[in-house]
Amino acid sequence: MTIRDVQKALDARMLCGEDHLDKEVHSACGSDMMSDVLAFVKDQAVLLTGLCNPQVIRTAMMMDIICVVFVRSKHATLDMIELADEAGIVLLETGHRMFSSCGILYKAGLDSGLDYERLG
Amino acid sequence: MNASDNRMLPDAIDFRLALCYDVRPNDFRRAGEASTDLKMRLQGLHLAPDIVRRAAIAMYEGEINMVIHAEGGVITVTVTDGEIRMVFEDKGPGIPDIDKAMQAGYSTASEMVRNMGFGAGMGLPNMKQYSDDIQIESKEGIGTTVTMRIFLPEEGTPS
Repeated sequence: MTIRDVQKALDARMLCGEDHLDKEVHSACGSDMMSDVLAFVKDQAVLLTGLCNPQVIRTAMMMDIICVVFVRSKHATLDMIELADEAGIVLLETGHRMFSSCGILYKAGLDSGLDYERLG
Repeated sequence: MNASDNRMLPDAIDFRLALCYDVRPNDFRRAGEASTDLKMRLQGLHLAPDIVRRAAIAMYEGEINMVIHAEGGVITVTVTDGEIRMVFEDKGPGIPDIDKAMQAGYSTASEMVRNMGFGAGMGLPNMKQYSDDIQIESKEGIGTTVTMRIFLPEEGTPS
C-alpha cells in the first residue's frame, strides 16, 4: 500500500510530506519507547506512536522510516514538522488509538517486517 | 620526497572522514543533531545503506546516553577504508556495573527521560548489537569512554 492508503485507512490529517504520499510501504512498527523501535531494524517504513517530541523524528531519520503516525490526536510541534519536512518524512495525525491504528493497518496488509526467528 | 622522508611517515592513516562533535548535556531538543550529521556524511561516502543505518543508530544511542547520563561530552568519529570508529568520551558519573548496564531492560534513567521515549534499558544493548566491536571503560566519578567499531567490507565484496 502507499502512504496515501495509510492516511485514508486511519482517517488521518497530513502535517507534511505531501510529495511522498505515493511511496510504497510494506511494514510498520508501533511503540512509545524509541529505544525499542531502534532495537529492531528491518525496513519498517511506518512508525506509529503516542509519543510526541523531536526525538520521534530523529529516530525515524536514523531508521529510514518514511512515515510517522501520531495516534490519539497528539499534535506535533512546529519544529518537529520542520525537521520531518526537511528529511522527507510524512507526518500524519489520527484520532484512533494505538491498538486500533495498528489493527487497521495490519488488516490492510502491513506487517511487522521482522524476522521472527531473530526474536525467538 | 626521498626514501628517508618516507620512513618518517610509516603510520600515516588515510582517513576518509574525521569528525568531532561536542554534545551538550540535558539538551533534548538538539539531541540527535550529531547523529543526523554523521548519517548524512556517511551517505556521502557511498557506504552500503545497512552499514550507514547501523552506524547512525549506534551513534544516536550513544549521543542520547551522553545527553541523559553523562552531562554531555565529546564524540570523535573516524572512517578509514577498513572501519568506522566512534569514540564517546565524557566526564560524567561513570558506570558502576558495566555488565548490569549491558543487560537489555536495565536502566537508571529518570521518569523525565522515560517520558521522552528513552530509558527502556536498550541503549547499550543496541549499541552492542549494531557495532562489530564495543569497548567500555568507566571509572566512577571520573567518566566513561565507549569505543565502537563497525568494520567495512573490502570494496567489491557484498556487505
